[in-house]
Parts: sequence; structure tokens; C-alpha cells
Amino acid sequence: MGKIVLKQVRKSFGDVHVIPSVDLTIENGEFVVFVGPSGCGKSTLLRLIAGLEDTSSGTIEIDGKDATMLPPAKRGLAMVFQSYALYPHMTVRKNIMFPLKMAGMDPEAATKKADAAAKVLNLTNYMERKPGQLSGGQRQRVAIGRAIVREPAAFLFDEPLSNLDAALRGNMRLEITELHQTLKTTMIYVTHDQVEAMTMADKIVVLQAGNIEQVGSPLELYNHPANAFVAGFIGSPRMNLLEGADAAAVGAKTIGVRPEHLEISTTAGQWKGTVAVAELLGSDTFLHVNVEGHGTMTVRGGGDVNLRHGDTVYLTPQAGKTHRFGQDGKALV
Amino acid sequence: MARAVTPRRKLFFTLAAWTVALLIFFPVFWTILTSFKTEASAVATPPQLFTADWTLQNYSDVWARSDYPRFFLNSVIISIGSTLLGLMIAIPAAWSMAFVPGKKTKDLLMWMLSTKMMPAAAVLIPMYLIFQKTGLFDTRIGLVLALMLMNLPVIIWMLYTYFKEIPGEILEAARMDGASLKNEVLYILTPMAVPGIASTMLLNIILAWNEAFWTITLTTVNAAPLSAFIASFSAPQGLFYAKLSAASTMAIAPILIMGWFGQKQLVRGLTFGAVK
Amino acid sequence: MATQSSRATARLMLAPSVIMLFVWMIVPLAMTIWFSFRIYRLLSPDRTGWAGIRNYTWFFNSPDFWLGISNTLLLVGGVLAITIIFGVLIALLIDQPVWGQGPLRILVISPFFVMPPVAASIWKNLFMHPQNGLLASAAQGLGMEPILFLQSYPLGSIIFITSWEWLPFATLILLTALQSLSSEQLEAAEMDGASALSRFRFITLPHMTRAITVVILIQTIFLLSIFGEIFTTTQGGPGSASTTLPYMIYKQALIAKDIGRAAAGGIIAVILANIVAVFLMRSMGKHLDT
Repeated sequence: MGKIVLKQVRKSFGDVHVIPSVDLTIENGEFVVFVGPSGCGKSTLLRLIAGLEDTSSGTIEIDGKDATMLPPAKRGLAMVFQSYALYPHMTVRKNIMFPLKMAGMDPEAATKKADAAAKVLNLTNYMERKPGQLSGGQRQRVAIGRAIVREPAAFLFDEPLSNLDAALRGNMRLEITELHQTLKTTMIYVTHDQVEAMTMADKIVVLQAGNIEQVGSPLELYNHPANAFVAGFIGSPRMNLLEGADAAAVGAKTIGVRPEHLEISTTAGQWKGTVAVAELLGSDTFLHVNVEGHGTMTVRGGGDVNLRHGDTVYLTPQAGKTHRFGQDGKALV
Repeated sequence: MARAVTPRRKLFFTLAAWTVALLIFFPVFWTILTSFKTEASAVATPPQLFTADWTLQNYSDVWARSDYPRFFLNSVIISIGSTLLGLMIAIPAAWSMAFVPGKKTKDLLMWMLSTKMMPAAAVLIPMYLIFQKTGLFDTRIGLVLALMLMNLPVIIWMLYTYFKEIPGEILEAARMDGASLKNEVLYILTPMAVPGIASTMLLNIILAWNEAFWTITLTTVNAAPLSAFIASFSAPQGLFYAKLSAASTMAIAPILIMGWFGQKQLVRGLTFGAVK
Repeated sequence: MATQSSRATARLMLAPSVIMLFVWMIVPLAMTIWFSFRIYRLLSPDRTGWAGIRNYTWFFNSPDFWLGISNTLLLVGGVLAITIIFGVLIALLIDQPVWGQGPLRILVISPFFVMPPVAASIWKNLFMHPQNGLLASAAQGLGMEPILFLQSYPLGSIIFITSWEWLPFATLILLTALQSLSSEQLEAAEMDGASALSRFRFITLPHMTRAITVVILIQTIFLLSIFGEIFTTTQGGPGSASTTLPYMIYKQALIAKDIGRAAAGGIIAVILANIVAVFLMRSMGKHLDT
């Protein structure tokens, strides 16, 4: 079980209100991702749930019980840290067994359990090594192993992949997702990388300046961003946000069109521009186009788009794919 | 630097460095050498680096004249005792300062260090009276306490700078793993800080061993360590050099040998946060 | 990274150290303040009573007082200057590619293990003694008059001896700092066309600022109360030439046996030490930020 409910949770450091007030319900078994730019309070929120920081006010319930004042050890949660936080003086086995030792489990049963976890994580051959002798990905798996053996009510991940290189990050993303499908335990995952959020989450919580901007499934956020901030944050490359006459024409302050929702033409279209940079990825081509009156717009074309620096292009948004935002940044329906 | 070092350059620097090092070490070497000479050859003119009449006589004389084992034992008990007691009190304090720092942490640390700046001579009489009144005068436990308190700020500072290098996330991980504070300090912090703690121990044993104000003024016979032993060999006239050297060697040899063996360990932690 | 409960624990764990140090400082200090206003002479125990500020005025009017203060500052400053300058030079030298760095370090660190009274007595008797000292013999060998170190240059000799004791400490801390300097920085500077001297001036030296700060702080703490070296070598003489403030207090207490005056001197010394401390902490504190 791992239902977590935050009610009017606030956190201030002195005069700085890192989290003005947050209400959030995380259902049992959900994979929830907190995403937002650095300094948005996502890590603080996670640490509040973990019990590593006190809430300034508000309550945190775990499985229906008020856990606001409980120390971290008593909350039944497990956490994977950004730096992995492995115990450098212990072998991998000892690292994984540590929570069990602290729980007072007898060593034999603990060893068995650690070995089982190691098997799942492909660590069996490394059990006698120290963390210093492991690669980044292996360390990451040890950290996860240490979390698994506790059989926690929920897993907390604090930017666990940010210290890995790109290829490894992709693999670990899959592994963590698979792990969630196997264990079906609540997971709360903090990241600044919207790709991780989109690919892993059941539910994404977008944060900015300590406030929740939007909560929803990845596709909800992609298709129906509640405001310009979410629209700009979710999706890669970023959504093109335009102001001025084009926006006013549809009764909005800002309109947004995703790069993949722009038609490219060399002859005619809504906006005329010049290609500044063409990024050829093979499968796709990203064009950065200087559009008169709107600055740079990003467009995604197919791999066969044959445009180069200096070429003139015309861009037209696909019908029904334009997002409209009002004066306050909120989406207009 | 990754650049190839020419042998000539290396030879030059080797010679220069060894010359300087030997100059620095020479007084110690000369003392040890003199301790094996007869009194006559110790003051021979011109001075002799090597003599024909090596002798152990000085050592047996010194041994016979004073109760060296008792002084030695007192030194061992006082320096190790004060260091261990100091560590027991300083580790929790350094933990607090390093991992739960407040706005006043630095001021507190500086205040602790400033207590060491009080000239010992200034508080000699009060200290003497306090030790007399409390029955601590000329006791080992009294000196253990005094030297512990004297070095406590340095112990705390050293441990503090060392603990600060340990990422707080690891301690948080232990907390998440269900470790109590005691277990966190016992199973995670202390093992991780072993090099720092060892280095702190070494430095403090050295400082306590070499302390020569309170150890002399607050003792008479029973608790007097080697600093008092050497003080009893003061101001010798000419024919006394070899014996003085022997006594000096006996006073410094234990700590010198310990220092040589622990040198690597000592140096590793002897940064006081000076190296980032 | 802290919760209220961990802050409470932290205070609890700090308490023993803070309380013990506070008592260790305040009780003798309070007694010293009390004595400093009393007439308290061990040689005439019948005369007691309040002395007012006479103990203090005696100190201020004593010709030795200002000499003592300037000697104290000269001693601290002199040793600091010598150990840091030579410490940097020796650290630079040992940091070069040389054969036998390990044994070298052992030799250089050795004086640090020598008890101060032993160090002082070695230098006084085996080296600086006007007849039998090695330096006197060396001078005679060169056909010169032996220098009467402790008679002619008492303070200078004490500064020299003390510097010998503290040089290893300074060298080692500076060496560790030096070895932590990334060679990439130096190589970048070399690419930028910096000469060896300006590399030292603009890269190496700033890198060592923290280490130098630490050396100054720690050595000052120990040097301000230097006693054994003076006691063993010159006993403050000849005359009062090498008397420092702590030594002057010691003389009042144990030779003149005037506890009142010694206490007044003690209070003055404490105030002086605190001025130095505040000055040090202010100027050093910012370098020690982590």
C-alpha cells in the first residue's frame, strides 16, 4: 500500500517560501513524476514526503495515517538519491542488507533477500565489491536494490539518472519502468527532464516556484496544457509561443504551436522565414527558422526535408493544433 | 604535470630537497648521535661526527637516575587518555556542526578556538588552586581532563572539516534506511571518517605528549610525564651533554617513532579544511 | 538538510563540548579577574584586601610591559613569517619530481614530534652554547668569534628555535594544498603564456590562500602562549630582552609570587589575545568559508 496525500503543505526557509501551499493525492501503485525547472521546489517536496525536511505547515498522510511528524525511518519509504549515496566502506551486499540490518532482520534471511534483489538487478557478480569499483549504472542499481529490499510503501527517486551518460540513462529509464510494472509499488520520481517525465509517468506533476501548475497523464499535459508554462515545458523541442497580431486574431494573448504541428512549404504558408540552422537527425530534421516578426521558430520535418541555412520557408500550423492562452497565461478553451 | 621530466632536472631537485630535509632533521640526528658518545667526545673540539668509543652508558645512567618507566607510562596514559576522551566528546559535536549547521556554527567554532588563545600563564594560579581543591592535582585523571579540554577545540575543528567532506546524502540515505542516530554515527559516519579520525588522534597524541606547561605545573611526582622528566635534566654544564642527549632521545623517541609510522595517515588529515 | 528533531539532537550533541569548554574558560577567568583586584602575595600572606586597580597600573607602568607586548608580537609575527615563507619554498621543492619523497617527508616532519623543552634544550646546549655548541665550533673552524646567540640575540634565537619546531607543520599543510592543485590549471596558464613566476603568483599562491590562512590561525593560537622555549633557553633574559607577556606574568606569579599582579597581567594578556583573536577571525573567517 502506498497512498500519499499532501494537504496544504507549506515549506519556508526563513522568509523564502519554497513551497507556498501544495495539495496532492498520489494513489497507491502510481508512478508519479515531479517535473519542473531547477529551483522549482520539486526536490524539496520529495524531501518533505521523505521526512528529511519538516513541513512548515500542512499534513502528509501515508496510507491514511498522519506521517507529518514521523522521522524518515518510520515512514516506510525508500529513497534513491541523485548521488546514489552508497555507503563507500561497505560491499554491495552489505549496502543492500543495511536497511534489513537496521530493521533487525536476522543476517541469514537478510542475505537471502539481498541476493534475491541482486538477481533481479543483475548484480549477483558484484556482491563483494565496494561501490568505488562499480560503474555509474551499477551503482544506480545498488541504490535501487537497497530501496527494494525494504519493501517500502513507496519509492522516492531524486533525479536518479542525472549523473549517467545519455545511453545509460535510456536503459535505466526502461529498467525503472519495468521495475514499477513488476512491483506495482507507488513511485515518486523527481526530474528536470521532461523526456523522463513523459516516458515513465502515470501522472506528471509540473511544478514552478513551488506551485503545482498542472497534474495529469503525460498525454493530457501534451495535448491540453493548462497554461503557457506547461505548454513550453512539456514536449521536445519546445512549443513555439507567439504573441502579437497572430494571437490577437484568435482572441488570445499567446498562441502556441508545437514544432511537429507545423507544415513546411517552400512556396506558400502563414509565416515566411529563413532557415537559420537545420539539424539533421536522419529520422527527423529540426529547422530553426527566423520568422519575420516572431523571432526563431522550431519546426520538425521528416528526415527527407532538404532545406539548408539561408533557404526561405513558409510555415503553417495544422488545423486544430494551435493552443491559445489568455492574458494570465491560462489556456483558453 | 604530464610533461617528461629530464633526469638532470630530477637530480637537481632531489639534491636540493634532500639537502634542505637533512638540514631540518640534523638537530634530531645530532642529538641521537651524541647520546651514544662519551661525555668527553660529546664536547670534543672539533666536533666529531663519528667516534670510536660508542657507548650505552648514558642510557643506563639516565635510567638509573630517574624512574623513566613511570614517566613514560604517565605520558602514554595522559596522551592517549585525553585523546580518546576528547574524541568521544568531539565526534558528536563535530557531527552537529558539519551536518546540522546553523547560522552560528562558524562563530561557535571560532569561539571554541579562541578559548585556546588564553595564555596559560594567565590562569596558572586559578588552575593550580582548582586542581588542588578538587583533588585533581598531580593525578593522571586531572591531566587527562586538562589536556583533553586544551585540545578539544582543535579536535573538533579537525573532525568538523573532515566530516564536511562526507556528503550529507549518505547520512540521509542511512536515515531513510531506518538507521537511528546512534546507528547512523556508528555504522556510517565513523567508518567513513576513519582516516580523519585516525589523523586527528595522531595529532592530538603528539600535542598531548609534547605539552610542557600544565604537565609540569600541575604535577609533582605521581602523574608527572616525560615533559617533567626532561625538565629535571635542565641546564647541564659541559660534561653533561651525552646524558642530556640520551634523556632527550628517551623523551622524544616514542612519539618520533609513532609519528614516522603514522606520517602518511597524519598528513592526510592534517589539512583543517585547507584543501578543497 | 535538517528537521526540527535533528536540530534538537544536534544541540544536545554539541552541549557537552560547549558546556565543558565554557566552564574551562570561565571559572579560571573569573578567579583571575577577582585576584587581579586583590592584594595577594604569597610572600606576605598577612597583607590582604582590595588593591583597586593598582595591580593593573603596576603592569602598565612597568618598563617591561610594553617590551613584553612587543616581544610577544615579534615572536608570533617572526615565527609566522619564517614558517610560511620557508614552508612555501620547501613545499614547492618537495612537490617537484624527486627521488624518495616519502623519506623526505619523514625527515622534514620530524621537528614537529620533538617536545618544545627538548627542542629548546637541544638548540641551547648542543648548538648555541658559546663553548661547546656545534655552531660555536663551526665559527671557530672558520676562524671567527663564536656568536653568543642567546646572549646577543635572545629573541631572535627563540624565534629561530620556535620556527624550527613549527616549520614542518606549515610545510605539510602547504604541501597538501599544493598537491591538490590541478595541473590542468597550470597547463592552461602555460598555454596562455604565463611565465613560471607569474604561474606561481597568479595560480599557485591564490590556491594556497586557504592553507596559509589555516597555518596562521593554528600557529597563532599556539604561539601566543609560548612558554617552554623561553623558560628553557633565556628565562626571559638577558635582563628582560626576551621577556614576553606570558613570561612576565609567569615571573610575577612564581618568582615574585605576587598573585594579584600576575592575575592583572593575565587579564591584560587575555584582552590582548582576544584582540588578536577578533582581528584574526575577522580577516581569516572569510577564507575559511566552505
